[in-house]
Amino acid sequence: MGLVSTLTQQDVKRIAALARLDLTPDELDLFTRQLGDILTYVEQIRTLDTSGVPPTSHVLNRPVDRDDVPQPALSRADLLRNAPDAAPEAGLFKVPRVIG
Amino acid sequence: MTRLRQGYGAQAGGQGARALAKQVADGATTAVAACEAHLDRIMAVEPSIGAFITVVAERALDRARSLDAARARGEALGPLHGVPVALKDNICTAGVPTTASSKILRGFVPPYDATVVQRLEAAGAIIVGKTNLDEFAMGSSTENSSLGPTKNPWDVTRTPGGSSGGSAAAGAARMVSLALGSDTGGSIRQPAALCGVVGLKPTYGRVSRYGLMAFASSLDQIGPFALSAEDAGVMFQAIGGHDTHDATSSSEPMPDVLPALTGEVRGLRVGVPRAFLGEGVAAVVSSAFDEALQVLSARGAVLVDVDLPHAGFGIPVYYLIATAEASSNLARYDGVRYGHRAPLGNRLRQRYGGPPKREDAKAEDDELREMYERTRSEGFGAEVKRRIMLGTYVLSAGYYDAYYLKAQQVRTLLRRDYEHAFETVDVVATPTTPTPAFKLGEKTSDPIQMYLNDIFTVSANLTGLPAISVPCGFSPERLPIGFQLTGRMFDETTLLRAADAYQRDTSFHTEAPTPFGVPKPS
Repeated sequence: MGLVSTLTQQDVKRIAALARLDLTPDELDLFTRQLGDILTYVEQIRTLDTSGVPPTSHVLNRPVDRDDVPQPALSRADLLRNAPDAAPEAGLFKVPRVIG
Repeated sequence: MTRLRQGYGAQAGGQGARALAKQVADGATTAVAACEAHLDRIMAVEPSIGAFITVVAERALDRARSLDAARARGEALGPLHGVPVALKDNICTAGVPTTASSKILRGFVPPYDATVVQRLEAAGAIIVGKTNLDEFAMGSSTENSSLGPTKNPWDVTRTPGGSSGGSAAAGAARMVSLALGSDTGGSIRQPAALCGVVGLKPTYGRVSRYGLMAFASSLDQIGPFALSAEDAGVMFQAIGGHDTHDATSSSEPMPDVLPALTGEVRGLRVGVPRAFLGEGVAAVVSSAFDEALQVLSARGAVLVDVDLPHAGFGIPVYYLIATAEASSNLARYDGVRYGHRAPLGNRLRQRYGGPPKREDAKAEDDELREMYERTRSEGFGAEVKRRIMLGTYVLSAGYYDAYYLKAQQVRTLLRRDYEHAFETVDVVATPTTPTPAFKLGEKTSDPIQMYLNDIFTVSANLTGLPAISVPCGFSPERLPIGFQLTGRMFDETTLLRAADAYQRDTSFHTEAPTPFGVPKPS
């Protein structure tokens, strides 16, 4: 049905890095093939004439405002309870070192 | 009371929610007795079906006791007082593990209830458990669950559909009479059809998404599974309506549904998009669909040919928009604040052969990034990874216009198709799925084959329109078949009225699979 995707393993590695995914060699093979097939399949929409057609990002497009007044929220204890690593007394999540 | 309980043990969910609520309200049974009967049923049937990830028996019985006490005090009773319900496990329940059936959320216990949970409990419902789903609602068979698939109660070698397969199966097996699912591309309606129950996707914005783990934010909706259109209406009434916690929820007032279920469909104009219904649809589905149209027609509905020229592009449009939105929504699963966090260190380097080489990487600032990558790689299943990557790709520089923007434009064309159709009809009818339930493992090796299950369901998500699936027959193998009605924005009432009218002339929805079936009165 027209264009066949030319997605390469390099492309997939780049996408995986953007998505913070670390693929095994088997996954890289499998996903390159499957994503290529899916992209080939979705190419069919390119045949449609959409000149002058506005995009729909959302079916209910209207502004939603409320007054800038603080509302009750969950407690720090609630929010930290599921943390894999936290310093609850300081109200902080702990993560591996970020700055070298 | 013991005799009633034994009767319920076989029926449990089978008698329907409204009937049970009336029995509790009248004092013919108690919330505790009904709850025990449902829990007995779940215990008996679960080993064969696997619909539930978590069953909260003690919590449910405590609730039942409070509900009985409230009735004894003469308090006003909600419309679902004493009715056990099941919730898809991507809906947050405070204090009850909620996992989206993903390893990345193993052990996650939400600190808050979704709005729909608050509303159901305010109506008197009893939550008995959390049901299985395709991971993060991505799938059409529940085979993408990290905990293994749910079996279709009509044939345990087949899938119940997905992604809300657990909720659909729980209803079909009469473990509950009501359940909640979520629907992004058909994930309520498709399993409803494959399991022989009613499934409703409300209008986008009708039901609050607060507390629903987001998959595609412009498409997701929570909705009911029920054994009848009437019961679906009761659950819809309880959960729908504006919510200040969800900025995408609509202020459109909720209708009063039950009085509108008059059985009257004379003059209802039913649009049939014939050109869209040919290819790939099993003969047994086509004939059941045509018979359903005849039932409506015999009650005075008028069948009208309509054309939906862009409906055939629904699947590619859906898989571009939904995956793009998902790639953004699932970025939050990074091991920082909740869920799985991958341990770091040489042990992992040995297992995975080291992280991919990046030219700009400095040894000392790899750790956080490595944590993200390991966590997500360990925590997500294959389908989730595929969709995240597809979404990332179509949103990336150089590809955005060709894929994502284009898909959004075709989405507009599809909305216009339906707007045009609704100038001459009130509802649009199609089969819900192209085939009855397929075998476990049959479509897992070819993603596109799996995606094609959604051909008739994705349009309602892309357009935001409400849609319902209604049981309309069985294949020679006793596999359920459903037909779908799509309505105007916020017109769930017409869908429920038409479905209820149809159910007054048919009994497909009352049939239950054996040996899980309700014993028929002799």
